Parts: sequence; structure tokens; C-alpha cells
Amino acid sequence: MPLPVPKTYKLFVGGKFPRSESGRAFQPAGNPRLNVARGSRKDLRDAVTAARAGLVAWSGSSAYLRGQVLYRLAEMLESRRAAMQAELRLGGATAAAARKELDTAIALSLWYAGLCDKVQSLLGSQNAVQGPFFNFSTVEPTGVVGVLAPEAPALVGTLALVLPLLAGGNAVVALVSEAAPFAGLALGEVCASSDVPAGAVNLLAGHRAELAGQFAAHRDIDGLLVAGRPDAALTQAAADNCKRVRCCDLTPADWTRAERLRSLAFVEPFVEVKTLWHPVSP
Amino acid sequence: MAASLSPVEFRVPPVDAVALETRAADLATRSIKKRAKVQGLCLAVSMMDLTTLEGMDSPGKVRQLCGKARRPLPTRPDVPPCAAVCVYPDLVPIAVEALRGSPVQVASVATGFPAGRTDRQTKLREVELAVAAGATEIDMVIDRGAFLAGRYGLVYDEICAVKEACGAAHLKVILETGELRTYDNMRRACRIALLAGADFLKTSTGKVTPASTLPTVLLLLEAVRDHFLETGRMVGVKAAGGIRTSKDALRYLVLVAETCGDLWLSPRWFRFGASSLLNDVLLQLEKERTGRYQRPADFSAD
Repeated sequence: MPLPVPKTYKLFVGGKFPRSESGRAFQPAGNPRLNVARGSRKDLRDAVTAARAGLVAWSGSSAYLRGQVLYRLAEMLESRRAAMQAELRLGGATAAAARKELDTAIALSLWYAGLCDKVQSLLGSQNAVQGPFFNFSTVEPTGVVGVLAPEAPALVGTLALVLPLLAGGNAVVALVSEAAPFAGLALGEVCASSDVPAGAVNLLAGHRAELAGQFAAHRDIDGLLVAGRPDAALTQAAADNCKRVRCCDLTPADWTRAERLRSLAFVEPFVEVKTLWHPVSP
Repeated sequence: MAASLSPVEFRVPPVDAVALETRAADLATRSIKKRAKVQGLCLAVSMMDLTTLEGMDSPGKVRQLCGKARRPLPTRPDVPPCAAVCVYPDLVPIAVEALRGSPVQVASVATGFPAGRTDRQTKLREVELAVAAGATEIDMVIDRGAFLAGRYGLVYDEICAVKEACGAAHLKVILETGELRTYDNMRRACRIALLAGADFLKTSTGKVTPASTLPTVLLLLEAVRDHFLETGRMVGVKAAGGIRTSKDALRYLVLVAETCGDLWLSPRWFRFGASSLLNDVLLQLEKERTGRYQRPADFSAD
């Protein structure tokens, strides 16, 4: 009889899988056999430091390469179907729902992989101006963006918020579902085998009530993408460093529909437009 | 100049490497939080030799650095000024001018820094010029080539000569521990520098890795402590190179307090040679004050 090896669910920070710095763990499903590292504000701090470094590598690579990496991510999801579905089922999904959610996740990854090298053409422009100038508007990533993923769906909820940020060239620190963190954290294993640069994607698990405020208060996070409606305390804390806060308030049905989740409108809030004036000889 | 010593003077007992590293690692586990942390970090700022030693150094960069040394955090007058600004000899006049009227000292590297591969006359002349230009502290490098070849007398004589050329200026002797390879060599180098009259022992130039590590600084501190017990003369220690985080700085302070006692916990007897450490310390101080993690980009680079 094979020896069963139960998995400890760990964070994904800087391309590594650490336990929480605080040493804490929690049992999301109330199942004492399922221990998940419970991230602390210091884990968030470490993740932001890692994301700063990851941002250089990720935003510095060509848009084409970023597309290739996201395509690879879709491939890894595909080849890990059984494992990912098992993670989803641990979170309470039925077999059919898990299969459907994984299909959506793969479809989303593929779509954003294709979008990467088109972002510049879709959001940038060449502008007609008076005078002897070429005038271009180009888009650049906002920087390190925090994501507070929805409680459900466990996998697509995280992926649908992270992928558009990655397509825009940002580095991400995401807090995955508190009730069902398994599939969200398993995304780390997918990223680690997809040539996503260390630190470009960081995944934390823990209590949202404890960590959301820390995301907002951290001055080195440039933007915050929140599932649901952010409360006043959150936006107030975020205002300290003029952090851009956007929310993604979808109905449960919308969260299951790939066509609702793939949109340039998710990329646009977290890119910065830079306009260049280039003189031309008349 | 002091007369040459017999080789027997340079003999040192061997270092127990395991004990040294275990002790350093043990002391590094101590947790310092809240008010003690703020005090420790302010002390670290006051011990800092803000350093720029690059080929691309310019008068503008040195002036900028001097401004930062005088008032590390413009919004917080309670953060003390740094101990010194450390530059190459040709930039000493710029630093002297920029630091006039402030308690910040001007330190200059000399003697063919960082390799030290020039002749004795050139080295001494460089020291004299730096002192004449207004440097109050001189960071010299020892002749590692001679040391590793076993010509300890030569190393000793050179330090003595440089000490004489320094006049009233403080002499920091850079051992470049990364090139000495063994702890035994480091302890012997300490012995030579202490006998030759160094005012400070300094770990490294910052150009060689490994630079300053906890065990090597512990070794230097022990040498200084033993020298004090033996002769009653206090000598300082400067940890330089590779110290980038506040956590590291606090660990060094613990080493100092535990090895040499509180007497050494002052900029007069312990220094950090660093460039990027200051910003991390300021980041932590602001974090303690505001409760928010700070953005490194909000702090000036120089």
C-alpha cells in the first residue's frame, strides 16, 4: 500500500514556498488534517519586497515573452488537471463544478496570453498634434499591485484578477480565498513551473480581516484590486500614498463565465499612459 | 617610526572557528523591537560612515551625500547626523567644504585603495595629501600580498609609517578579511594592526566578497577587547561592506555590546561603513513612527 503524503499548503513568495514567518497555520475547511500557512503582515512585507524585484524582470521582458509565459501557464494548468480539480474539491466544489471552473481558468489564461503583446496597440496611440512632432502614447505597468481575491470561485477568482495585471506587466501580491485557499495556493506551483519570474506573482493565504488593511496601508504597493466592495477604512488607508483602488464587484454567476471575465477593461486601470513628443524635421 | 618587532610578537592563538561562528549566530537571534529598536537604529545612524567609493563619484554626488549625512531625514530633526562621510582623496576638499560647521567627520581612503598595490612613498604621500586637504580620518589598506607571503614585519612597518603620516587624523586599518581567508590570519592581522597603533580596525574595503560578516566582526571585537585588557588602550572597530539591512545593523550592535560592553556602543568606538544601509534604517524608523511599511522610492538615493 503506498504511503500517503498529506500536503502542507504554503505561501508562494519570491518563487519560493515558505511557511508563514509567524509560524501560524489555519484549517480553512475546519478539517484538522488540512493545514494552511496563515500569512502575517510580515509575510506581506516580504512579498512586496519580492514583487519589487519581480517587477523588474517581468515588466522588463518583452510583451511577446510575457504572452509565451502565460501560455505556458495555461499548459501547466492543463497538465495538472487532476491535481487542480482535487484542490477545488477540497474547497467544497462538486466534481462537475471543479471541471467547469478549471476549463474557465484555462480559457482565461489562454486569452490573456494572447492579449499580452496587443496591450500596447490597444491602449496606446499615435496622436495627431499641431506642430512638427510625432506624438505617441505608450502604456507602462503601474507597478506592484495587491489583489484581494473573492471567497469564491477559489481558482478563477484569483486568476481572473491576477492575469490582467500580469498582461499589463505588473507584479502581483494576491491574497487568495480564505475559506478555500487550496486551489489559489496551488497556482504557485503552476507559476513556478511556467517561467514566471520569481516575485512577479506572490500568493498569500490568511484572514482577510487581518490582512486587507495591511495591503491598503503598505506604501510600497502601487495599486489595489479588490473583489467585492472595499469599505471606507480600506480606501482611506490606501489614500495615504495615493494608491489606486479598483473593485471588481461581480455576481456569483458572472464569476463563472469566462466571456464576462476576459476584457481589456480589467487591464486598463493598472497601466500608466506615457506620452512622448518626438520632433520631426519639417 | 617604531622599531621593527620580532616575528614572535605577531604570534596569536588559533581561532576556534566553530565556537566563533556559533557565538555570532547565537547572538544574531536576539529580537529587538519597538523602542529599543528605534534607539538602536538611531545609534546605528550616528555610527555610520556614509560611503561613496566609485569611479563615477562626482563633486555633486559627494555634496549630496554630505547633505544627507548632516540631516539624514529632512522631516525628522531627531534622527542624528552620521558619523562621517567616506570618500576618495581627491574629493576630500569637496566634502570638507560641504560639511563645514557640522559634527560630521571627513574620512578618506588612502594608500592605493582598494588593492594597495603601489609603492610606500606613493602611499604615504597620498595620506599626507588627504590629511592636508582636511580629512580627519584615514582608511588605509594593509598589504595583503606581503601578509599572505608571511612578511608580517613589512605589514607592521607600513602601518606604523602611515600612522605617523596621519598626524592627528584617526587611522582606520582595513584588513580586507575576505582576502585573508582564514580566521587565524584575521586574528594575526588584527594583532599586527593593534601593535602598530591603529585607531580602528576595519573589516574590508567593500570591493571584495565576502565583506563584513558577523563572525569576522566578532573576531575583531574580541581582538580589540583583549588588546584593551592587555594594554588599557581602546581601539575602535568598523564593519564595512555588505551591511544592507536594519536587522543586520542591530545584530552588529548586539555583538558590540556583548563582546566589548556598552563603552564601545558609541560612534567613537564602533562604525558602520555603508552606502545603502542608511536608507533601510530610515525606512524602518519611519515604519515605527507611522505604523506603515514605507516605499523605498520615497527616500533619496544619495
